[in-house]
Amino acid sequence: MNAALLVAGKEVREGVRNRWVIAATLLLAALALTLAFLGAAPAGRVGASALDVVVVSLSSLSIFLLPLIALLISHDAVVGEMERGTMLLLLSYPVARWQVLGGKFLGQVAILAVATVSGYGAAGAALAVAGHDVGPEGWWAFAQMIGSSVLLGAAFVALGMLASALVRDRGTAAGIAVGLWLLMVLIWDMALLGLLVADAGERITAGMLDAALLLNPADAYRLLNLAGLPGLGELSGMAGVAEGTALGPPVLLAALLAWVLVPLAAAAAVFARREL
Amino acid sequence: MKADIPAVQLERVAKRYGAVEAVRDVSFSLPQGGRVALVGHNGAGKTTLMKLMLGLARPSAGRLLVLGRDPSEGAAETRRRIGWLPESVTFNGALTGREILRFFARLKGENAAAADAMLDRVGLAEAARRRVGTYSKGMRQRLGLAQALIGAPRALLLDEPTTGLDPEMRQGLYDILAGLSGAGTTVLLSSHALEELEGRVERVVILDRGRLVADGTLAELRALARLPVRLRLTLAGATPPDWLASAGGLRRIAARAVEIPCAPEDKMALLRRAAEDPAITDIELQAPTLDELYAHFLRGQGGERGGTA
Repeated sequence: MNAALLVAGKEVREGVRNRWVIAATLLLAALALTLAFLGAAPAGRVGASALDVVVVSLSSLSIFLLPLIALLISHDAVVGEMERGTMLLLLSYPVARWQVLGGKFLGQVAILAVATVSGYGAAGAALAVAGHDVGPEGWWAFAQMIGSSVLLGAAFVALGMLASALVRDRGTAAGIAVGLWLLMVLIWDMALLGLLVADAGERITAGMLDAALLLNPADAYRLLNLAGLPGLGELSGMAGVAEGTALGPPVLLAALLAWVLVPLAAAAAVFARREL
Repeated sequence: MKADIPAVQLERVAKRYGAVEAVRDVSFSLPQGGRVALVGHNGAGKTTLMKLMLGLARPSAGRLLVLGRDPSEGAAETRRRIGWLPESVTFNGALTGREILRFFARLKGENAAAADAMLDRVGLAEAARRRVGTYSKGMRQRLGLAQALIGAPRALLLDEPTTGLDPEMRQGLYDILAGLSGAGTTVLLSSHALEELEGRVERVVILDRGRLVADGTLAELRALARLPVRLRLTLAGATPPDWLASAGGLRRIAARAVEIPCAPEDKMALLRRAAEDPAITDIELQAPTLDELYAHFLRGQGGERGGTA
């Protein structure tokens, strides 16, 4: 375990040195601040608290951005070090392959967590400083949004690592990463919507729809934040979906966790069998 | 680990990658404290052998033990006691030399101070805070050596360790290796620069296309190869004496110097005669070089097998 933490520490250090941490933090902070102040302006008129609006808009942003950042960092984790020749030397040390993979995962999630917490936290702090009245419930929703965003990022780090452990060259890993992002973030929902419209309520049951939503970490995250949290459903336009679904926050959270653990375990299994 | 068992032991080890047989039927063992060179062309199987010894690859056939254990178990205690310098070693260029070496030291259970002392030992103390991306090839090689040497290894596997090192650093490396092997560390190094191995290793293992073609001390290999010694004679006049001219293989190498090959058993007779002849003013004796030995064993491979020292 100690070895895994050492690998994680090195990963974070490299992330700081390569400017990944600072770039991701700045990007998230800039977008979050923009959304916070643009979004807070009309809040008084629709009767929602400023922070609720921010939670809704930030979680929409997270769905696009965090998977992208996570995949960008993680797709290189195994295959990149293999190609540069640094992986062999590392594996000749007293460190198991699962420790290398687990350490890299921890380090990359830490990078994402720092970027998300400080980037989005800056937006929350700015709203508080600007004198918006936010109740404890609002802050709770905000904290939950940040926490689940990190979890979403972790799921895509795990997926990126799986891709990285499977392929023989970096280009392929990058291609898979882009493909995963397009599929999960853009195409999945559209395809689902198209199916629902085409089917016109004939064969697809609510249960099947729920399953389809759980099969995509981005959808699980969206439901958790936009529909699952009390009072936010109406704001986000997801109320309709939220009412029809039997998926409560515990199930959605479990789905997100499974999306972290299953790809990570698969990546470890693939990496353990890989011929060096 | 008991003192009398070999540090590295290979029994009929083979490794194939798909259709490629990287190593075939190789057996040898390295004693504790031994200094041995692994010699062969590119693709002869040197790097594969080292990977097998490190447990980074599993043999397709045969058995090997390193420090008394099967390396493919990946036992942490064994790995902590093995140092490896890969061929053309690379590091993440974003980190400094000190950060990288401290990381590797901690993985082997050593502290930061040991890493800093090692940086000093390989002459990188001044560059320790610089990013490795700015290092020259020789400096990266030295950092690679530092990580291999850290943690008092019982076995050192060095793949082409002297590439990129200047002559002074090379000498320094061989001094370090001599000290380590004196203290009981087994050193196996692969090399292309055969000439510089002379006097620095006790034994040479020659590989060709995955097969072991010779294994023995330099003297044994020389005796086995029966390569001719070459005598270089400086003459008093322009023409060599008749007895010399009638000997086979005489070759003029300068206006007043000739070279003549002679079989090892004829050497002393020839030397006595040359020493007595006033027409000859100087004698230089050239033993067959390691390069010639190497070429000889590669030519003869398939038929004859080396001695078993």
